[in-house]
Amino acid sequence: MTTLALSKALNEGLRKAMENDPKVLIMGEDVGKLGGVFRVTDGLQKDFGEDRVVDTPLAESGIVGTAIGLALRGYRPVCEIQFDGFVYPAVDQIVSQLAKMRYRSRGSISLPVVIRIPCGGGIGAVEHHSESPEVLFTHTAGLRVVACADAADAFAMIQQSISCDDPVIFFEPKRRYWDKGEVDVASGVAGALPLDRAKVALEGTEVTLLSYGPLVRTCLESALAAREGGPNQVGRSIEVIDLRSLSPLDMETIGASVRRTGRCVVAHEAPVYAGFGAEIAARVTEQYFYHLEAPVLRVGGFATPYPPSRLEEHYLPDLDRILDAVDRTLEY
Amino acid sequence: MTVESGGATTTAPITGAPAAGTPPDRPVPDAQDQAGGLIQLLTPEGERIDHPDYPLELAAADIRDLYRDLVLVRRIDTEAISLQRQGELGIWASLLGQEAAQIGSGRALGPDDMVFPTYREHGVAWCRGIDPVKLLELYRGVSHGGWDPKEHRFHLYTIVIGSQTLHATGYAMGIQRDGALGGDQGEAVIVYFGDGATSQGDVNEAFVWASVFNAPVVFFCQNNQWAISEPLEKQSRIPLYQRARGFGFPGLRVDGNDVLACYAVTKKAMQAAREGQGPTFIEAFTYRMGAHTTTDDPTRYRLASELEMWKLKDPIERVRAYLVRTGQAEPEFFADVEAEANKVGADVREACRTMPDPPVLSIFDQVYAEPTAILRAEREQYAAYLDSFEELGGERR
Repeated sequence: MTTLALSKALNEGLRKAMENDPKVLIMGEDVGKLGGVFRVTDGLQKDFGEDRVVDTPLAESGIVGTAIGLALRGYRPVCEIQFDGFVYPAVDQIVSQLAKMRYRSRGSISLPVVIRIPCGGGIGAVEHHSESPEVLFTHTAGLRVVACADAADAFAMIQQSISCDDPVIFFEPKRRYWDKGEVDVASGVAGALPLDRAKVALEGTEVTLLSYGPLVRTCLESALAAREGGPNQVGRSIEVIDLRSLSPLDMETIGASVRRTGRCVVAHEAPVYAGFGAEIAARVTEQYFYHLEAPVLRVGGFATPYPPSRLEEHYLPDLDRILDAVDRTLEY
Repeated sequence: MTVESGGATTTAPITGAPAAGTPPDRPVPDAQDQAGGLIQLLTPEGERIDHPDYPLELAAADIRDLYRDLVLVRRIDTEAISLQRQGELGIWASLLGQEAAQIGSGRALGPDDMVFPTYREHGVAWCRGIDPVKLLELYRGVSHGGWDPKEHRFHLYTIVIGSQTLHATGYAMGIQRDGALGGDQGEAVIVYFGDGATSQGDVNEAFVWASVFNAPVVFFCQNNQWAISEPLEKQSRIPLYQRARGFGFPGLRVDGNDVLACYAVTKKAMQAAREGQGPTFIEAFTYRMGAHTTTDDPTRYRLASELEMWKLKDPIERVRAYLVRTGQAEPEFFADVEAEANKVGADVREACRTMPDPPVLSIFDQVYAEPTAILRAEREQYAAYLDSFEELGGERR
């Protein structure tokens, strides 16, 4: 085991994937000499050359569109979109082309393209640098959408995404890039959970708390605080599930937990309104109605654009807002 | 290592091989016609030279005013960098080195002209009468852009690269439809963007639109040579101004560190737009002396020698040298400008440090013309939630 920051775990995962398969390419703005603005690709161009780690012109539609062409030619491009808010120029290529090519070609064409997107807020950034656009992609059939939350998953999931024959939108929790975790670099992906499975990050009995990406850590901290209780508060046992894959969705793991706890809270940074929590709430209600003791509650961003960063602590769900929802679900 | 290519397996070195995408024998974009094509009226040494297409008669007072602008915007920029280092700003995008391109073009605009900036046009904002503190609001995270674009005829900063070129073109098409072209009374539009932006689809679409509709818009590209870590040759294999020809309108390259030349070419291009002659592409050939933003570290990707070379072309020093040599400014003038810069710097510092955070519930304002039921409910719920901490008499957990 090695202790790595999440960004470095991604870097090691990318390195492994490039070593294992000469068809793997990295392309994006500033991914070469600079190593990306978050240094996720640091050193890779030096070791694998400019043909395999490509500093592209500044055009996101171009990055994804040419990645599709390279994939048609047999390559496995890993595209970096510099920030969440810059993916929109590429949405036409992603939604209309990348996602649908297998379906349109009746299965004769696979496009194994990975699109890495640093997502979420909490770093005091200016506009367009703190967004959570995951539902645009979960609502697009043909794309896999995953989000890593810790270093070990970052290392394994990026490799699994690259070897996946479907296009994968790979969300990276930018405010957690510097969080450290234990990573088994030597083992590679052997023994890692399959890419489309959720994981129980912390076991509990009273409430199921679902999240993904940057909020998983917040949920774990919330669960630990709730377990402690307080002067006027009894301790509560919360089960935290890291969804990891939003599309497809591992309803089996979610269901196993909800059937035991009877209570479910979903937390994400994206707006609650028409957010990913709505899909989970609907499915849990449809499938486990008679197990539920309370309605599924959602915690997330407001139905507003991402605010100026001096207000982001209010927009982003924190420990208090998550536990407030937990308290409310326990009141039923 | 083997590479599959067209169904056949061929052996080819992959690791460390020369990049197929960058043939070394092709010219880099600025190697050619820099000397011949560069419009310059004031040399780096401060020598005034004439250009047949750009006669310029400016009074000594006007040139002194330009000098003052250059010094003040540099001071504001320097203060902002310091404020970011002290944690007062989240980030700052420095204009260091690009002062002449911005002041020269900004001062060439008429009061009714409309400006569409990127996020680095602090000098142009200054020319449009925007309080520098409003710029700091954005970088402090207090607002997304706190000025009134209509009042200043200076649109909000656009952070997504190149989007504003289309807005500018559409705005210019509106001017055409309003019959607001013609003569000195007419209106025109200027849009700012960088060398990196020229790769974006939006920017190329703006060129097509502007050309096809003969829109009264000037595309002012500050080629500062670097798009974060990527040098110009990652965006273009020909000089950028030559691209305009392919789209069907004139392009020119001006010394972006020469405030007089930037003023003259912008004045002429805007007048041509006002008179119905359509768009012009101006490539202001300059240099980003600082980092892309305060979070960037240029030592990772560019040589210090390049920076040193460009220091010799400083946009402010040449004006000072000219004013001194020609006797158009006394030592007192420079002392006064310095004193004023100190004052402006101190004011900006103080205003930034005492700037209040926006009210929390303003998060919910101005999403729609009228708040929706969902927004009203979220606002009420969040207000009640915040109040609940007060009732508990305690801190949030």
